[in-house]
Amino acid sequence: MNLAEGVQLVSFIILTVMMLGAALAVVLTPNIVYSAFLLGAVFSAMAGLYLLLNASFVAAAQILVYVGAINVLILFAIMLVNKREDFAPVKYAWTRKIVTAAVCGGLFLLLGTTIITTPWAIDSTAAAGDEAIYILGEHFFTDFLLPFELVSVLLLMALIGAIVLARRDIIPDGDALGDDLKLPEKPRELVSAVASSESESN
Amino acid sequence: MNSGIDLQGTFINSLRDLGLPPGISKLFWMPLPMILMVIGATVGLLVLVWLERKISAAAQQRVGPEYAGPQGSLQAAVDGLKLIFKEDIIPAKADSALFTIGPILVILPVFISYLVVPFGQNLIISDVGLGIFLWIALSSIQPIGLLMSGYASNNKYSLLGGLRAAAQSISYEIPLALAVLAVVMMSNSMSTIDIVQQQSGYGILGWNVWRQPVGFVIFWIAALAECERLPFDLPEAEEELVAGYQTEYSGMKFALFYIASYVNLLLSAIMVAVLYLGGWESPIPLDRLAGWLGQPETNPILQVITASMGILMTLFKTYLLVFLAILMRWTLPRVRIDQLLDLGWKFLLPVALVNLLVTAALKISLPFAFGG
Repeated sequence: MNLAEGVQLVSFIILTVMMLGAALAVVLTPNIVYSAFLLGAVFSAMAGLYLLLNASFVAAAQILVYVGAINVLILFAIMLVNKREDFAPVKYAWTRKIVTAAVCGGLFLLLGTTIITTPWAIDSTAAAGDEAIYILGEHFFTDFLLPFELVSVLLLMALIGAIVLARRDIIPDGDALGDDLKLPEKPRELVSAVASSESESN
Repeated sequence: MNSGIDLQGTFINSLRDLGLPPGISKLFWMPLPMILMVIGATVGLLVLVWLERKISAAAQQRVGPEYAGPQGSLQAAVDGLKLIFKEDIIPAKADSALFTIGPILVILPVFISYLVVPFGQNLIISDVGLGIFLWIALSSIQPIGLLMSGYASNNKYSLLGGLRAAAQSISYEIPLALAVLAVVMMSNSMSTIDIVQQQSGYGILGWNVWRQPVGFVIFWIAALAECERLPFDLPEAEEELVAGYQTEYSGMKFALFYIASYVNLLLSAIMVAVLYLGGWESPIPLDRLAGWLGQPETNPILQVITASMGILMTLFKTYLLVFLAILMRWTLPRVRIDQLLDLGWKFLLPVALVNLLVTAALKISLPFAFGG
């Protein structure tokens, strides 16, 4: 084993341990903020694994999209809605945990056996490395054009939906909706309406 | 193609001549450029802090630091020494683990990004194909550190500062990336070396700033916003938020934020120089000058001169931009948070998109000038 292989093996072990540990901690910590930060660690470890597989572009995109955008948005959502609430302890809560653990373990076993028993066709051609960008671009504009465009339309729809939800002047106000659909929030301040009419008169 | 000086090859070959196996000699080489770059960034930081103080003083008709070293040039080092010896306070109700990890997450990506900073054809730590994209990806980690330290401080000003910082970084990352994308499209590569190569040959006339004037302005504004420099220093706006996410920090942890912000400013200035001002290229093309003087490209003295001129030119352009940033700090008032987000989303983003489209159109119609 030469130096490069040794480094790769050690980094692989470190990354795997980091990823599994962080992923378990995401699920098991009671503090949701810790979970969100640990999720970032999971994504970073995954980027490291991509890097070990010679897919540097995918690794950087993973960091940019998952760590830099999605995880930050999750954190944003948690911190803006951080309602510190003491939950009343539920009786027999431990049964729920056991059932969840059983379901998760079963799912893990199922997936594990599927992965082991399936005869995977392993591609033996060398990894594209830095050429990957060109290959990806070519795929996006030829055989993956339709999925690519569909994803962009889907994202656009999500974007517009979020804006519609956020702008309260589009949705009819509270009373028409009934109590079930109302979001728990502070009563809106009446001062802002006065202030805006004042500034208009100025 | 003249590849200039190959320090790595020479170093490894000389170690191999001493009887070491090639793997080991490469292992000896690897830490050298990294250490050199960290030291370079730190010295650059000290110079930058001194410049900031001196230029600020000049803008306000003061003298500025004067006693520590000639013209107060050791002031930044003395400040650093003071911060090392200060007590490291963790507030009683703060989350001590996150409170400690936060500053580290802020400073790490900045220093790793120096991996792709080129000072010459071979004067770069690693010419990774990702190049400039690596910098963008790494700089997106920073907001997590800011959010973390803002949250862990258990202080409403800190939390607001952290949230503002994250919102600001996310919104200005998009115009920044789009401006970079236009340059990448012209040079057909994301490697910083190739981007500079593509601007070489015609001296000052070949620089990207003439082909990408809009992109240059967008990039500069977005880079200033990413560095949280005035007029975009809302996350730590002292009149509103005490000091934003840094409020509860003291000693070395505060110093980490301080170092990260200045090293990031330096890095952004270097990136502007690389992307738009021709990187290590001189305003007058040196190799043509040498050609006129009848010197062959392989002349060792000429190579040393070219390499040192490259480093000098990169630093000169960088500090010129830094000077501009410091002057802007004392000229422009701070924007409000809604103005900041408006500028990012409603002005810079559409303009950057149009710039990208126009660049693509020009690349197809005028391939000789826009990198076809």
